[in-house]
Amino acid sequence: MNKNSLMDTSVKISLREAYGNTLVKIGKERADFITLDADMCGATSVGIFRDEFPDRHICFGIAEQNMMGAAAGLSTFGYTPIVNTMAVFASMRAIEQFRTSVAFPNFNVKVVGSHQGIGVGNDGPTHQCIEDISIMRAIPNTVILSPGDDVELEAMMRYMLDYKGPVYLRTGRLPVVRLFDGDYSFKVGRWPVLRDGTDCTVVANSVMIEFALEAAEIMKAEGVSIKVLNASTLKPVDEEDFIVKVAATGCVVTAEDHNTMGGVGSIVSDILCKHHPMPLEKIGVQDRFGESGDAEELFVRFGMTAADICVKVRDIILRK
Amino acid sequence: MNNILEAERITTAEIKELRQKAYGARARVLQMVYDGGSGHCGGSLSIIDILSVLYFREMKYRPDDTEWAGRDRFVLSKGHACPALYAVLAMSGVIEERELKGFRSAGSMLQGHPEFGTPGVEAVGGSLGQGFSTALGMALGARLSKGAQRIFTAVGDGEIQEGMVWETAMAAGHFGLDNFTCFLDRNKLQGDGKTEDLMMVEPLRDKWLAFNWEVREIDGHDISEIVAAIEWARTVKGRPQMIIANTVKGKGVSFMENVAAWHGTAPPTDDELVQALAELNAVSEGC
Repeated sequence: MNKNSLMDTSVKISLREAYGNTLVKIGKERADFITLDADMCGATSVGIFRDEFPDRHICFGIAEQNMMGAAAGLSTFGYTPIVNTMAVFASMRAIEQFRTSVAFPNFNVKVVGSHQGIGVGNDGPTHQCIEDISIMRAIPNTVILSPGDDVELEAMMRYMLDYKGPVYLRTGRLPVVRLFDGDYSFKVGRWPVLRDGTDCTVVANSVMIEFALEAAEIMKAEGVSIKVLNASTLKPVDEEDFIVKVAATGCVVTAEDHNTMGGVGSIVSDILCKHHPMPLEKIGVQDRFGESGDAEELFVRFGMTAADICVKVRDIILRK
Repeated sequence: MNNILEAERITTAEIKELRQKAYGARARVLQMVYDGGSGHCGGSLSIIDILSVLYFREMKYRPDDTEWAGRDRFVLSKGHACPALYAVLAMSGVIEERELKGFRSAGSMLQGHPEFGTPGVEAVGGSLGQGFSTALGMALGARLSKGAQRIFTAVGDGEIQEGMVWETAMAAGHFGLDNFTCFLDRNKLQGDGKTEDLMMVEPLRDKWLAFNWEVREIDGHDISEIVAAIEWARTVKGRPQMIIANTVKGKGVSFMENVAAWHGTAPPTDDELVQALAELNAVSEGC
């Protein structure tokens, strides 16, 4: 874990692109996995792997439900299928196939969903997935991973392929900043501290991490010390570890590009209510659908910027 | 029809034995649903002759080693007919006969719909359309690993109203999976009535041909025709095979035959059970 890591803004890469490249890298080391897609080789970047390993890729046409069901069957022959599609289709179009044919029998199938949240931008609400965490959390036997950067993504992909059972991995379209160096060691369920602080904890994931770190800088100038956590495993979460990390700060603001109902805010709320109640505010999509627009523009319209995080922080520290 | 020639591979004595076993399996279905307090009799009785031929004659598997990698697979996509599957698994020694008493009860290995983990159950079944797709994945897996396993599955005629069935159908044809054999249990009834009243599924043969399958139509209660169809399926190259099995829902029990209400899930009453077992026994003895 990198405690006081500062973001390296010189390196920015979209997680989906990093995903495609890393698949090739790991694919050269191990032959046990195959990739599946439904006419989304470009959109999910799995095409990078397909081009390198055409014999280890199966295209199912635009048919996510059968792709998910077939992944279940393929896993019974000792293959580790990685299902690739946009998060909306992975978590909704094919969700019952995932639930009943994959998660229920605990088959060794991995699902990778790209295109998270309103950060998808101009394609609009049909393709902006703001529900996948809420939905996937409710399904037993499911590990949910949401990497903060490409280094964490690679660590998670290695974990995912070693782990026997269903895993849902979230990638994304927007470029993200580099958070970790090559020594990063991923521990499932534990949220890395990206910045230490004493007055308030901001728990962020995915594209919101950059805003959280930016907010911490702004608040530092105002004399407020913010701790930033990267909520990168969404299930299971090491609750004890989380409480140890947030207890002293006395209040939490969550920041996610997802519906605040059922996402990171709800996960944090569940844990705090159970073990250590304290004030909590949630930044994210406030139970409404997204819209078309540039991502940056949308984050402003939806109240999801660094400035919005600061507003919540100023308010919440008074409620401690 | 070249059924007759192919069916000569099976002797009259073997046909008689398989028929008797199928009727023995039917009796177990009735007893299981009666003991369990609920279950689906009609669709179990329509598919049971096919399951009997698969498990008592055609499929390669080891009852004492259900994880043997070389085994043929069967997936009951119309999972509500699992009493039929449990009956043949018990009769073939994969599970203990005494397990049948626990059907649908808490803690039993025999759940209301097929659950992975029950010995001999290869995949979850019962959320209609899904087992068919899982079976297609198995056929792909067998081919990728250059295995000789054959993947059998059974779908209901109501089940094929599900959209994902046609995603799977299209993929099987596209991939040319000749190790993939499906039975369509054409009993013409579904939960609420006749398939053709609720949502027309005909013309069946044309649909599957159009999806690049080889198609054969049989009487799904005629042992020799079932055997011949499987022998035929083994000879098909480059295409999956659909065996449209014309069946009678509730076959073998007079008051259940062609009655949609016996789709599920009410159990037979005491008197109905006695009558049903007597009828089944009479057929079995007359085989």
